Amino acid sequence: MTELTGTQTAPAPSSGMRIDIIPIILFAAFAAAPLLASASGAEGYVLSLLTRVMIFGLAAMSLDLILGYGALVSFGHAAFLGIGAYAVGILASHGVEDALIQIPVALAASALFALATGAISLRTKGVYFIMITLAFAQMLFFLATSLGPYGGDDGMTLPTRSLVAGAGFLENDYAFYAATLLCLIGAYLLSRAIVTSRFGRVLRGTKENAVRMEAIGFQPFRFQLAAYVVSGMIAGLAGCLMANQAEFISPAFMTWQRSGELIFMVVLGGLGSLHGAIIGAAAFLLLEEFLPEMLHAASFFLNDDVRWRLTENWQMAFGPILILIVLFARGGIMGVLRRGSHG
Amino acid sequence: MAEPLLELRSLRKAYGALAVTDDVSLSIRPGELHAIIGPNGAGKTTLIHQISGMLPSDSGQILFDGENVTHLSMPQRVRRGLARSFQITSILPGFSALENVALAVQARHGSSFRFFGNAAQEQALNEPAMQHLNTVGLGGRASIPAGLLSHGEKRQLELAIALATEPKLLLLDEPLAGTGHEESLRVVETLRRLKGRITIVLIEHDMDAVFSLADRVSVVVYGRVIATDTPESVRANEDVRTAYLGEEETV
Amino acid sequence: MTATLLLIQTLNGLQFGLILFLIAAGLTLVFGVMDFINLAHGVQYMIGAYLIAAFSAWTGSFGWGLVLALPTALAFGLLLEVLIFRHLYERDHLDQVLATFGVILFLNQGVKFVWGAAPLSVPVPEILSGSVEIADGLLYPVYRLAIIAAGLLVAALLYVLVNYTRVGMLVRAGATNPQMVSALGVNIKRLFMIVFGFGAMLAGFAGAMVAPILSVQPGMGDNILILAFVVIVIGGIGSIRGAFLAALLIGLVDTIGRSFAPNLLRLVLDPSAASQTGRAIAPMLIYIFMAAVLFFRPSGLFPVKR
Ligand SMILES: Nc1ncnc2c1ncn2[C@@H]1O[C@H](COP(=O)(O)OP(=O)(O)OP(=O)(O)O)[C@@H](O)[C@H]1O
Ligand SMILES: [Mg+2]
Repeated sequence: MTELTGTQTAPAPSSGMRIDIIPIILFAAFAAAPLLASASGAEGYVLSLLTRVMIFGLAAMSLDLILGYGALVSFGHAAFLGIGAYAVGILASHGVEDALIQIPVALAASALFALATGAISLRTKGVYFIMITLAFAQMLFFLATSLGPYGGDDGMTLPTRSLVAGAGFLENDYAFYAATLLCLIGAYLLSRAIVTSRFGRVLRGTKENAVRMEAIGFQPFRFQLAAYVVSGMIAGLAGCLMANQAEFISPAFMTWQRSGELIFMVVLGGLGSLHGAIIGAAAFLLLEEFLPEMLHAASFFLNDDVRWRLTENWQMAFGPILILIVLFARGGIMGVLRRGSHG
Repeated sequence: MAEPLLELRSLRKAYGALAVTDDVSLSIRPGELHAIIGPNGAGKTTLIHQISGMLPSDSGQILFDGENVTHLSMPQRVRRGLARSFQITSILPGFSALENVALAVQARHGSSFRFFGNAAQEQALNEPAMQHLNTVGLGGRASIPAGLLSHGEKRQLELAIALATEPKLLLLDEPLAGTGHEESLRVVETLRRLKGRITIVLIEHDMDAVFSLADRVSVVVYGRVIATDTPESVRANEDVRTAYLGEEETV
Repeated sequence: MTATLLLIQTLNGLQFGLILFLIAAGLTLVFGVMDFINLAHGVQYMIGAYLIAAFSAWTGSFGWGLVLALPTALAFGLLLEVLIFRHLYERDHLDQVLATFGVILFLNQGVKFVWGAAPLSVPVPEILSGSVEIADGLLYPVYRLAIIAAGLLVAALLYVLVNYTRVGMLVRAGATNPQMVSALGVNIKRLFMIVFGFGAMLAGFAGAMVAPILSVQPGMGDNILILAFVVIVIGGIGSIRGAFLAALLIGLVDTIGRSFAPNLLRLVLDPSAASQTGRAIAPMLIYIFMAAVLFFRPSGLFPVKR
């Protein structure tokens, strides 16, 4: 046999269309959670924690879109959370309280910022890109701290949550939860569509081998920039939600540590699967919530003073966790799940 | 004779004091298979890099299809019909063989700024891709991740990817390097069939392949073209024998 | 009035720039030679400040404190290198960023664990306290002048070290062509350790020097780390000379910008608007500057040839 003739037909695609069970379980769990919350007796607490999980999941997923599928290590993603939040806050303080105006403004502002900073950052490569995205986010952070009329360093409380077409139903925590879940699912479906589309395939190809992509006629820059803009807009949406949940905005939304935490979440969940980032965000926030108690319980053998200080500085434990994950568990939670399902 | 498809005028590239290609002028005629031979380190790959736009040239001009492309980027040149393969295999290892080729088809056809629809299932991309895979004899391996193909198969895949960009001119940098005997026969067979349909510049150390395929042969030594002629005349050329073939034949 | 203010701010900017240089020098060398992005470099600076606070309180003298703090900072840097960083040299930048971010998380809380959350203060050493008259009627603290002098001295030392010693030659060669250096049979591991430890000590030294004029507190290294990034990006990664010039530029632009941006804007805006926007723009100046530099020269002002 020297040659196979044209009778061979295209085989089933190797990626993308498999119906994945994990995201379905994940979203079903989010959808069912309010029912359990109302039975738990601490429904306010549970609802607000889970809403927070979904908002950070949204932000982490947007980062995964460029980090996991485009290998663009943006260390300034929290800037978009800030843009979204400040768009809501600034508009609200001028009496524009409707989400139907706030969100488009927030998305437009995020897109503009992404376009401008991305066009400069993406001209550079590798480690320059990391540092520059970091620096641009820091620039925005300092801008926010100097915005005297909007709270400066201290931030500012919002008068109310956003209205929707004039109606104030987001004040209800259940309604806000539902709205957040809708945003998350919507953004997930959009992102999923993007990564399997022609566009997403170019992005993934560029991640694997940029020179090869250029050698078949693609200009990686344009695709990376477009992905950066889309990702920034989704993160901006997360920022709008974040401001609404807290009914408060402050420069602390966009510290560079926050950007680092977003990367942490994505890697913790597992790069390049979208829902992995959401799981990573959940794991991170739950750790944040329960680590103090876990540390307290685990340090029973220490004397009271040391034990108290350990619990007080519980965030210390994040450092070694992160380092261990990097050194020994690159696939994150999704990696573990995948290995589990392949036996 | 018709207009040359590719014309190089005094191309030069130096690393520090070392001129890797020096005053290279060449005309490639439409439809011919033009082989470039020369000892290791002669500057052949560098020349391909310059022609394809991966490396900027220090001086000189590149005219392709009547247009000065000297300052165009690699993607721009590809879209004008100038495709290449790499001496060191360059593929997307995580993509299936079919997707590697389908991406090249996609680059050629329609917009890639489409955010919806599953690209992997687009028959308009997969069918031509499959044809190109069949052309190089890889049809049966379409769904295998490219990274898992054998070395020889990867070389064939490179050829299929280059074909999928529908080039007018194909620059092949040692497509036979490292292939097994049978695979190498298959590639030579493929090239023979492509010959005449596509203009090909072939860099190759396998002299049997070169002399059986080429319409004309250029010999590059120390970055300079010392001869361009028919295979027979090149074989007979004294300079070439001493500079290059002589060494080869004493082995 | 404005002229004297300008003079003072220029000196302040110079001092800030030199401190930035001490930090950026280590960062750019570590990156240039090892292709390793070390976010934890800022906490080395913080550790330096904490060490001087602890040791000068213990010995009762800033000088003795410094004598103890420098080798401790060095040892601490080497410890981190052996425990964590050396396992990351072969990894991609994302891994390096994450793991060194983990080190930051740990140490920022770790100093709280050891020394508490309240800022510590370090007294200005006796002989360097007080002020001198640098122009008629214009007093400037001696200690700040001492920082400037120390910074210039270290810069000169570094210049000699990098340009005229064997290790310096290897470092320069390593920044341009790491494969070649290891091909020469140089013990790359040891070279890395030396460069790393040295960089950590420089950052620690910077932290120790500023401890008397700033408050020593958790997270104090974070913002300066980002400024150091801006410096090495503008200067060109791997270039000591670039880092030096960029550090001074950034120091001056930032310091002078903050005090003069409102004044300058007053020329075109009404006073209250001018001070508003001035205060908003001033902290952004250096980033805008960086963006401008990168737009025209994507690998910085003094790119190291690779
Ligand atoms: N980036 C570079 N810097 C310095 N010298 C280089 C560089 N790239 C190639 N060279 C030198 O240029 C010369 C020509 O290399 P090139 O790869 O073009 O040769 P070649 O003819 O393709 O050889 P081969 O037959 O082995 O593939 C070699 O001496 C090589 O060492
Ligand atoms: Mg070659």
